[in-house]
Amino acid sequence: MKARILFLVSILVVGGLLWSGLQAVHPFGEPNSAPMDEYFIANAQSEAAANNVVTSIVFDYRGFDTLGEGAVLFTAVISVAALFRKRGQH
Amino acid sequence: MNPLSVVARTVCNLFAWFLAVFGIYVIVHGHLTPGGGFQGGAVVATFMAFLLVAHGGRKMQSWVRKELFTLMECVGLTIFISAGLLGMSNTFFFNFLAKAGGLFGSTVPLGPNPGALNTSGTIALMNLSVGLEVVGGLSMILLYMFSGVHPEEPFGREETGHDR
Repeated sequence: MKARILFLVSILVVGGLLWSGLQAVHPFGEPNSAPMDEYFIANAQSEAAANNVVTSIVFDYRGFDTLGEGAVLFTAVISVAALFRKRGQH
Repeated sequence: MNPLSVVARTVCNLFAWFLAVFGIYVIVHGHLTPGGGFQGGAVVATFMAFLLVAHGGRKMQSWVRKELFTLMECVGLTIFISAGLLGMSNTFFFNFLAKAGGLFGSTVPLGPNPGALNTSGTIALMNLSVGLEVVGGLSMILLYMFSGVHPEEPFGREETGHDR
């Protein structure tokens, strides 16, 4: 019973915070203008010579992030290879 | 794992090639259309998944070599890091190939345009290298996981019950 009351109170608290946060969200389909977005859209073609602005961000402006993704994939492959290695090989 | 029936094997043999071609298209056009190295690499890796499921792990282990996929992954990651380091005179991951002429060096007209393959400098190069890395990595994961599957009791030569 005590656990159930605690559960209900925590749901009310989290739901209330979420609801009060949702009141401040801008309407759907009308994002707030950010200087970063404007910069990427205005300069991706002239600076990176790329039609695809998303790719120019992923591989040029934030290439370091993609390097991390590649490292994550490499680590995953290494760990799978270590997990499924043949028996008897140490 | 045991091979599937002959119907499933024939269909997988046919459609695996379409998947590979589509994935290579997504990788090569990464700087023009939605998608890129990661997405296209994952699509190409389903080629290996199709063939592994259809033909069983043991047969595929004798058909392909894991060293090839290891090489693909290492070469892809090395090209990616080298392309990032070569622009180091300006900044890390500087796009030194863009608008320089030569490889991927054409300029694009501003505004809406149909797009040309030979543009966008290191972005296209990194797409290709990341695609190579993801193909090698995911295929290696699939091959290793299939080699780790040991069915408890031996079944027949093929799966029974689907089409007979």
